[in-house]
This record gives sequence, structure tokens and C-alpha cells, in this order.
Amino acid sequence: MTEFVTGSSFFAVALTLVAFALASRLQGRWKLAILNPILLSALAVIGVLKLLDVPNEIYQSGCRMLNFLLTPATICLAVSFYEQFRNLKQHMASLVAGTLAGTVTGIGSIWLLCRVLHLDRGLTLSLLPKSVTTAIGAPLSAEIGGIAAITTAAIIVTGIVGSVIGPACCKLFRLSSPVAQGVAFGTSSHVVGTSRAVQMSQLAGAVSSFALTVAGITTCILLSVLAELV
Amino acid sequence: MKYLKQFCIVMVFSLLGELCRHWIPYPIPASIYGMVLLFGALALKIVRLEQVKDCSGFLAGCLPVLFVAPTVNLMDCWEQLRGSLVPLLLVLLVSTVLVFGVSGRVTQWLVDRKKGEGHD
Repeated sequence: MTEFVTGSSFFAVALTLVAFALASRLQGRWKLAILNPILLSALAVIGVLKLLDVPNEIYQSGCRMLNFLLTPATICLAVSFYEQFRNLKQHMASLVAGTLAGTVTGIGSIWLLCRVLHLDRGLTLSLLPKSVTTAIGAPLSAEIGGIAAITTAAIIVTGIVGSVIGPACCKLFRLSSPVAQGVAFGTSSHVVGTSRAVQMSQLAGAVSSFALTVAGITTCILLSVLAELV
Repeated sequence: MKYLKQFCIVMVFSLLGELCRHWIPYPIPASIYGMVLLFGALALKIVRLEQVKDCSGFLAGCLPVLFVAPTVNLMDCWEQLRGSLVPLLLVLLVSTVLVFGVSGRVTQWLVDRKKGEGHD
């Protein structure tokens, strides 16, 4: 079996898609942030690889076809970003200002916490891009010298944390405006937070998904300059 | 044919993104350049929304599943992570609350101020 799997052209992609489809169904049924489909299906894939004794390198090279789509798929985010840009024009100034403040806070606090807790440079660089969406954070991490796998996991956990504590934080910080709520969710916990913001109101959801892209681009620009100083 | 044309446009912007990454000496991923360029092209009406809308909806919808394989790489760096799990989680938790609070409060303050001006 191991021999067949190692030589198969379709095993890796099929395994990935099936695992993701099953994990998405689980989340669809229970609607819990903790049942994140990326995290669940990655754990399932790891389990199957261990079970069949297939090395990760074999699996990764089988997934090249999926990796090829990463850049084009990320670029496509520009389209929904453009549509929201037209809809959210009246809130633009406060939205962008809030997102920028949050992004700077994020980078500053992560760096400081890593210093205080004595985490090494590789881990620090892997954590710095963790507030933005995976499509931006993972390749950014690889560019600045972090470990993309750790960044991806940190991004997902951050998303789960944000969407779980978000509603309580809205009360704690007295965020009554849907625009402020959306900015908070999008800047702190990207797509996963956005799916929680959508449940609060449609405006909060739209603002959140716009804010996460602004935060992503800002983080790229800031870290491309600051990463060397870490 | 419609999808092929749309995919072609997305591919051209992917290539432009790669070119920017090649020419500009900053560690910014090619996809970010491509995204900014496509947004610019849409805003300047060089590309019309309906020329990319269907294909981009499909591709962007595929994004989550594309991150499964990168996450599987965790099995290779698990040893490195094991010792620092508690501090790692602490960093994630504290920074997420801080970002949530600061970004939300700044926005709320600006929204309230704008409303106040409207009443004058």
C-alpha cells in the first residue's frame, strides 16, 4: 500500500480534498470556530500519512498542483476587495485608521511578548504575520525568514481565539458601532473572525473582510522593512 | 471559454506580481503585488468587474483548501514547537485581545466623533 501511495499521482490531492470536505461538513453541522476545517483536515492528513508510513516530502510533492494555485487565488481577493471598497466608501477614513492602529499594535505587541518570553528569532518571525489571513501571512512569513507551517497554525489559532472572545471583547471595549466591530474582528482575526462578525450584522461582516485585506497589505509593508531588525 | 478568458487575466496578474517580486528588493510576496495591481486595474477601469468576477470567486473560494498541505508541514517542526507551546499560546491570546481592543476603540472613537459633527 505504502508503495502504491508513494508512486500515485493523485493520492496527495485526493486525500487533501476529501479530508477538507469532511472537515467542512463537521463545521457546517456544529458551527464551532474550534472545528476549523484547515486545522482538522491537516491533522487528519498527518494521521493518514503516519498510518500508511508515507513521508511528508512525498505528500508535499504530490500537492504541488494545489500550491501552484496559491498565488492566483490570493490575487483574486482583489475582486471582492474592490466591490467592498465601493460599498464602504463613507466609512473609509475611520475604517482604515482603526485597522492601521490595530496592525501596528499587533506587530509591536507580538515582538514585545516574544522578547519577554524568550522565544527565538525563527519563532518570532513566524508569529509576527499571524494576525492576517493565511493567504498573505504564510508567504510573508517564508519571505522574512519565518516557518510558514508555524505561521499557518498560529494564524488559524488566532482566528479561533478572535471569534470566540470577540463578542465579549465588543462589550468590554464598548464597541457599539458595526463598523468598529467589523474592524476589530477583521484586523485581529482575519477570515475566521469575519465569519463571526457576519453573524453580528451584515455591515460588520463586510467591514471585517475589507479590514482584513487592509491589515494584510499593511503588515506586508511594515514587516518587509522591520523584519531585519528582529 | 468565458472561464478560460477570466483565468487568463488572473494568470497575467500572477505573472506581473512575480515580475514585481523579482524587481523590487523587498520581501513582499508576489501575490500581494498581483492583488494591488488587479485592484488598481479594476479601480482605473482597465479591467471590468465582470471580466474576472466568476473565475475569481471560484479561485478565492478554493483558498482554504490550499492551506491544508502547508499546515501538514507542522509534523516536521513539531519537535521545535513542543517546548514552547505555553508561551506561544500566551503570545497569540494577549496580542489578539490587544489588536481587537485598539483597532475597535480607535474606529469607535472616530465614528462617534463623525456623528457628533453631524449633529452640530
